[in-house]
Amino acid sequence: MSADPREPVISVRDLRVWYGTERGPVRAVDEVSFEVRPGETLGLVGESGCGKSTLGRGLLGLLPEGAKMDGELNYRGEDLLAKSAKQRRAMRGTELGMIFQEPLTRLNPLMRISEHFEETLAIHEKGISKQEIRHRALEVLRTMGIPPTRYRSYPHEFSGGMRQRLMIALALVLRPAFVVADEPTTALDVLVEAQIIRILHDLRQSFDTAFLLITHNLGIIAEACDRVAVMYAGKIVEQGDAREVFARPKHPYTRELLRSTISLSTTGLNYIPGAPPDLVEPPPACHFHPRCPDAMRVCQTVDPVETTDAKGHRVECWLHGPESLIPEGGRTPLERRELSIADEA
Amino acid sequence: MPTKPETAPRHLSEGGDPLLNVDDVEVHFQLRGGMLSRLTGRGAGTVKAVDGVDLQLRKGEVLGLVGESGSGKTTLGRALLGLVRPTSGSIRYGDRDLATLRTGALREIRRDIQMVFQDPNAALNPSMNVETAVGHPLRIHGLVSSKQELRVRVSEALERVGLSPVSRFLTKFPSDLSGGQKQRVVLARAVILNPTLLVADEPVSMLDMSVRAKILQLMLDLKTDLDLTYVYITHDLASAKFFCDRVAIMYLGRVVEIGPTDEIFAEPRHPYTKSLLSAIPEPDPDKALPRELPRGEIPDAADPPLGCSFHPRCPAAFEECGWEGRDLRALIEQHWTRLDETEYARERDLLQEPDLDPESPHQIQLRPAHGQAVEDIDRLLARIRTEDPEEPLWRGVESTDAGAEGVTVRFYEGSDPKLRRAGNVDVACHLY
Repeated sequence: MSADPREPVISVRDLRVWYGTERGPVRAVDEVSFEVRPGETLGLVGESGCGKSTLGRGLLGLLPEGAKMDGELNYRGEDLLAKSAKQRRAMRGTELGMIFQEPLTRLNPLMRISEHFEETLAIHEKGISKQEIRHRALEVLRTMGIPPTRYRSYPHEFSGGMRQRLMIALALVLRPAFVVADEPTTALDVLVEAQIIRILHDLRQSFDTAFLLITHNLGIIAEACDRVAVMYAGKIVEQGDAREVFARPKHPYTRELLRSTISLSTTGLNYIPGAPPDLVEPPPACHFHPRCPDAMRVCQTVDPVETTDAKGHRVECWLHGPESLIPEGGRTPLERRELSIADEA
Repeated sequence: MPTKPETAPRHLSEGGDPLLNVDDVEVHFQLRGGMLSRLTGRGAGTVKAVDGVDLQLRKGEVLGLVGESGSGKTTLGRALLGLVRPTSGSIRYGDRDLATLRTGALREIRRDIQMVFQDPNAALNPSMNVETAVGHPLRIHGLVSSKQELRVRVSEALERVGLSPVSRFLTKFPSDLSGGQKQRVVLARAVILNPTLLVADEPVSMLDMSVRAKILQLMLDLKTDLDLTYVYITHDLASAKFFCDRVAIMYLGRVVEIGPTDEIFAEPRHPYTKSLLSAIPEPDPDKALPRELPRGEIPDAADPPLGCSFHPRCPAAFEECGWEGRDLRALIEQHWTRLDETEYARERDLLQEPDLDPESPHQIQLRPAHGQAVEDIDRLLARIRTEDPEEPLWRGVESTDAGAEGVTVRFYEGSDPKLRRAGNVDVACHLY
């Protein structure tokens, strides 16, 4: 699909999204930068309210009215932010796809699966023949493990996991170059979730699609993503190779989030004191410093600067420098106010 | 802030006195069906949400009910409080049977048995402030005589769940609170009557990762402080492993495996438990999901599989597990997902829609379509079989007869596995 596999499909620089509220602007996405390449899956992980869904929708131009966006957003070298709403609409589906969380609410209960495919393909690819539609639909359904005998069934005749497979099939039948999947397995059971993760994992190899997989589940990232971006209070605080980030997290937030996740190897309960901040008035400088066990003086006065190591592992945290920008005495540990439980979640 | 879990109650609970005795409880729901079936008086079928469960709950333990959606774990939990009436069986609490107790007496018992629901947003009335909501049970049961007394009791409860300074919270409404704070309010309301048993239905699954551990820790603290017993209902095996003393794994209304948490996780016996454990995505890049996952999803509870209800998805199933004609139909459909369009069309034209006779579910007749030969169907079956000779379904085939009308495949009848002792656990599987 793409000429040069190293050329990113989506490239984002200093992207910001904010909403106006009575109390002032909510900075839902605050100067994030990342790239996704063909055939690559970038996992976007964070807690609720960190701005990950807003970012995902923003990339597709699906933000509600009242939201503002600036920065750079390039799709294969084209500046999406310079395009009109109509032009962006024309790109959705064929170039930019989306997979939503709740498959039942996204399928029309009165339409057969075949009709869903017919509608989707007829709208986006004008003049396509019925035979071609059937051929394309059956082909993509097969990769999702849905028997061709079910092509004329209605959505209610499918189980939850099958419906999510249908949603993925409907997004992929248009062969978009970039797909945002927002919590695609959250509503599903463990075993079905594992099946869908397996499918997403295999898709990387069989299609040349670039995925942004949004989730709060670190296990899914480890399983289905090549790279991971960790989001906290509107910012991407760390990103890099998924294995590398999980094995050697650099940002204290990533480390503490991994520690507080209850997994099969959990032997003690860990948690991060405090609660995620209000995005109208986030804490100054590093947004995580009030909850950070490693906070230093510099963390509450100067915005952290992104550093990149030789492996491309990027982190925004003063623990990793750059040393030259830390003022004298900046490395002194911050005396932490005792957080009362009342302030906690 | 790392904290160590309480390990002491684990061995004590082994010898604890029985608090609740669940004996062969069934909760069946009648389906209404269409007008015709109502006119003719024939039922449209039943959903066996809980289908013959025996449990003993000991004082001071945490019992986990673990299963996927549709396994009946929530219905069973609700039955323990009398929120759903069992259609048969008994739930003995002290000298009373909660399954048959009249409503007034049940209400009294609910002072002792409280429930914590999954979604704190739905469990709290948005127009009640924290003081009213937490004090509500006291008022309903008529346990306080004055406003002052109410406030004292509510303040105590809020302090217990860590919502202090209390004065900051009494007048707050649910919309002013974060998810974790709301769940703390729900817990305060549940413990204000000094219950002995708390049934917690997915108490942390709606919360963020960094908050879950805090609420679980709070529940452990409450358990020690107030001498509570928990029934913890969850689909999350990882939290069950950490939180429970014993777990019961449920599938389609039955307990398929029950025993001490340590043993079940160290040595899962039921193939369903095994596959659940292997399917949890772990944030450890060195552990990967297995390639082989049970196919399909939890079946329709209105029409569950015969024999062992897990057999159509089970990698270890054999003759005894109760194979059915419809399993073969599903297998043929699966086979078709691996063919390209022309091959599929050719094979599809070979047969008529398979005949499934509800009177004899253990056989299926594959008849050739008009102008097709019986031998081709035989060959089709052989092809599917060579594709995956290890497929468990073939172990269940008793006979394959090619007649003039078509190919009839008969399966062994099999039987329904009962819970049996294996090591320190009880497991319902023909392998044991």
